[in-house]
Amino acid sequence: MNWNTALPLLIVASSLLPGLMIFCLPENRVVTRTTLNLAGALLKIVLVGGMFWGILHGYHFETRLVLLPGLDLVLRSGPLSMLFVTLSAGLWLITTVYAVGYLEGSPYRSRFFGFFSLCVTATTGVALAGNLITFLLFYELLTLCTYPLIVHRGTEEARKAGKSYLAYTIAGGALLLLSTVWLYTLAGTLEFTERGFLSGLDASLHPTLMIIFAMLIAGLGVKAALIPLHGWLPQAMVAPAPVSALLHAVAVVKAGAFGIVRVVYYVYGIEFSNSLGLTLPLAMLAAATIIYGSLRALFQDELKRRLAFSTVSQVSYIVLGIALASPIATLGGLIHLVHQGVQKITLFLCAGNLAETLGIHKISEMNGVGRRMPWTMAAFTIGAFGMIGAPPLAGFFSKWYLGLGALDAGQGWVIYILAASSVLNAAYFLPILYTAWFKTPPDSWPAERSFGRKETAWTLLVPPLVTALLTLALGLLASAPFNLLEWARLIVSRGFAQ
Amino acid sequence: MELILGDVPWIVVLIILPLTGGMACFLFPAISKSLGLLTSLAVVACVWGLGWQLEEEGAQRYAIGGWGAPLGIDLYADGLSLLMLVVAALVGLGISVYSCGYFSPDKANHFWPLWLFLCGALNALFLSSDIFNLYVTLELLGLTAVALVALADGAEALTSAMRYLLISLLGSLFYLLGVAFLYHSFGSLDIAILAQRAEPSPAVWAAVGLISTGLLLKTALFPMHFWLPAAHACAPTPVSALLSALVVKASFYILLRMWLEIFPMVGTSFAQLLGLLGAAAVLWGGIQALRQTRLKLLIAYSTVSQLGYLFLAFPLGTSLAWKGALYMLLSHAMAKAAMFMAAGNILVLGGHDRIAELSSITQRLPLTLTAFTLAGISIMGLPPSGGFIAKWLLLQASIESGQWWWGIILILGGLLAAAYVFKVIGHVFTQDEPTRQAGTLPTTMEWSALVLALVAVLLGLFTSWPLAIMEIGSPFGTGHSG
Amino acid sequence: MSYVYLYALLGVSLFVLGLNALIVHAHLLRKILAVNVMSTGVFLVLVALSSRNEEVLPDPVPHAMVITGIVVSVSATALALILMLKVNRATGKNELPDRGRD
Repeated sequence: MNWNTALPLLIVASSLLPGLMIFCLPENRVVTRTTLNLAGALLKIVLVGGMFWGILHGYHFETRLVLLPGLDLVLRSGPLSMLFVTLSAGLWLITTVYAVGYLEGSPYRSRFFGFFSLCVTATTGVALAGNLITFLLFYELLTLCTYPLIVHRGTEEARKAGKSYLAYTIAGGALLLLSTVWLYTLAGTLEFTERGFLSGLDASLHPTLMIIFAMLIAGLGVKAALIPLHGWLPQAMVAPAPVSALLHAVAVVKAGAFGIVRVVYYVYGIEFSNSLGLTLPLAMLAAATIIYGSLRALFQDELKRRLAFSTVSQVSYIVLGIALASPIATLGGLIHLVHQGVQKITLFLCAGNLAETLGIHKISEMNGVGRRMPWTMAAFTIGAFGMIGAPPLAGFFSKWYLGLGALDAGQGWVIYILAASSVLNAAYFLPILYTAWFKTPPDSWPAERSFGRKETAWTLLVPPLVTALLTLALGLLASAPFNLLEWARLIVSRGFAQ
Repeated sequence: MELILGDVPWIVVLIILPLTGGMACFLFPAISKSLGLLTSLAVVACVWGLGWQLEEEGAQRYAIGGWGAPLGIDLYADGLSLLMLVVAALVGLGISVYSCGYFSPDKANHFWPLWLFLCGALNALFLSSDIFNLYVTLELLGLTAVALVALADGAEALTSAMRYLLISLLGSLFYLLGVAFLYHSFGSLDIAILAQRAEPSPAVWAAVGLISTGLLLKTALFPMHFWLPAAHACAPTPVSALLSALVVKASFYILLRMWLEIFPMVGTSFAQLLGLLGAAAVLWGGIQALRQTRLKLLIAYSTVSQLGYLFLAFPLGTSLAWKGALYMLLSHAMAKAAMFMAAGNILVLGGHDRIAELSSITQRLPLTLTAFTLAGISIMGLPPSGGFIAKWLLLQASIESGQWWWGIILILGGLLAAAYVFKVIGHVFTQDEPTRQAGTLPTTMEWSALVLALVAVLLGLFTSWPLAIMEIGSPFGTGHSG
Repeated sequence: MSYVYLYALLGVSLFVLGLNALIVHAHLLRKILAVNVMSTGVFLVLVALSSRNEEVLPDPVPHAMVITGIVVSVSATALALILMLKVNRATGKNELPDRGRD
């Protein structure tokens, strides 16, 4: 065991072990628990940084454990893995800081933070998985670890949401299992390969492969909240704010979208999927989800619910970018994987701040809240403009490359979808901003907590500010050295034959 | 060291040791607890010794008294026997540890001798190579199991024990009649000799029918499962665990052994029938489990459902399918024993096992709850767990052989299992306050459940040992379609 | 040759009769007796089939099997009778209740 083979495993273990230790801690050991959490999160970032350094110096990291004869558990440091693992490691640290502040004094915190860590472990595993069975393993683990987080509050509503979440995701997982085994019996391997491993199969198998593709997408589409499989997501927003943030930005929804990227690029190969005629239906499904999610978001008064439907819509940008089968569109989709995460986490953390500090849950209660909590609302505003796609924020670049890619792929209709979606995004975000900044605040807030001269606790305020700054930076520094765009270009260039 | 390990006839020791231990427990009730624990530990050590022997020298045949096959009684151990012995020894050790804290002294006096006799009967059954000897061990197993169920007081337990006894005797008699026909046709009781001589004839068909009926009755395959839920749910908790994890598997083992060795010529229609019944068991057991309001009954119906999985391997018939079924057997034994123990802990501390009112108790039993959840993961077949590996192997076998519909049954069974497992787990996350503060459990009762559940989960990551054990003596080499 | 099969057939019919009684009768003592009749039937089959033809002496192995079987059957009957008494003491009835739950 040397660094090359141990590092991926260590990255997974850096949240697994703290998680397991936290389960054993008594409820009142706050300091130990917080230390463990933060130490795990920091260690993970350091390890991911080390891996980056290694990759830039030409090293290759891979952990391989035998699972069954001919079938290994593989964790590997591919470029796409690095994109997702960096996102999840970074946002985990931020969310952890936030969660520590958010849950201060509430019951069952050991249980919460234990599962929180396991959840990130599973996401890291999903990111680093080097073949489909490893992916499946961590993907299912993710389902199991997020369930206790969603029902954490224990209310009737939370348990209902948990039940619906399980019904969707376990059924999706079953489909995924069936199609994975099927692929394995056909291809004899499940290793993720650049440009796919199925194109060499006999042409008589192509109809079967198309069915399997549909099953895989359906299985992954549950978590990615593609219509009509999105039903669990708006309900799941009853979870505590840090969980919603994690669910929407990093863990569950992203794991689904990431899985679709994996299937299209590394299992089937984009050119092969395209030649089977599979990408256009996927793009249309994604487009339909984009419009549907935005339309539903328009009519929600509850802030978190509006954000949830916005996620339904925004995550499909990633899928759309993938499915357009053009290098530039893929670039747009991949950078949106990061952009959507950073922006959505900002919005959810701000929503959590409003609920925690002032007891505000609905948009109609937000009158003039910008004056009471200017920093929070500033962060929210940046996130919202990012989502709308206003230059020079991160979201603008996503849409820019998606649009260019659509033209490149000869799918002009996508431009209309993008335009319509941007208008809808503006239509459901701008009224919130107007309400918050320009309406007169009420005499008293629904349930105000006082934090002295500060607008709220610093653990609640700093994380959204950091992510809002990131949103700015990802846009403004889009052409700086070592930027996201270059990295995504590297991934894309390996996926297409040039 | 090698000399000692190599020369000891572990096969015989494995049978004599628990029987002697049982008698010692009967004679010295005062120290029965320590004797029982010691015997369970020693059995694990002996199984390890036998495993070492098998790995070095391949499958073993031992003629008791040196008489040899046609006249005397032979014992035979290959990978299949060894796997069953390992399961029995490990689950048995867990149950022994659990029972130390469970029984009141007067019950313990009855429990330990009976349990050790049952353990001896199980070991003898897994090692017999003689179909009449199998009958004797099957009867000893059945009688001790019934007596153990009857240890629980109360009308419900006694009536279910009575029903279990009648069913068990009926099953054995069917089996014995089949044995009579086989012996008449081929003049031998030894499985290996029968395997060489057997050829299709009406008498053999009758024998196959009778033996299978008897064994299926004892294995509680749908629709002959009606006696199982009550008996398994009413028994004292360690006994429930024992019955669900080990006893029903014993008759399945005999059926599997005969199927592989003597019945390869039976053909596919009977295999399809077994598969169909298995599929019906998976679905019916799952649906019934979902409808239960009592935890132990839910777990018992889950056993009905999980036993169905084992029979899906028959129509597939490939070595991969058998391995999948055995892996299912292995992980189900661990997980189900852990689950029953967890339910027992809840029952002991809370005084009831009504699922709807579990929240206030479970808050006080985090270890038990973890055990239940981990076992549940394996029962649902989610990764990483032994149940997942089993399901993967069976799915692969079903798709490879083109009979994908059995795979659909596997998936549906998994969904049903998820529904009933989460029906229980969902009751943990409520805002109820833990109610009764009085009473504690012995830590052994919580930890034994947790360790068994952990083994069930870890079986999903460390697969090479169990799979290597199954290969010894290639018991599936003669499977009827490869 | 033929009388051998006659005995065997007799054994099988005892088995079937016993099976019928086991299913039909509710009283536990009758059920236990029915099981005993069934086992006697099986033993008869075993003994009858032990002589393959009239020239050769009968095979002794089935006799050994029957003796073992009788021992098993006696102990099973003893357990069954005790259980029946316990059931009677606990429920006041000599019958098994209908399975209402299943």
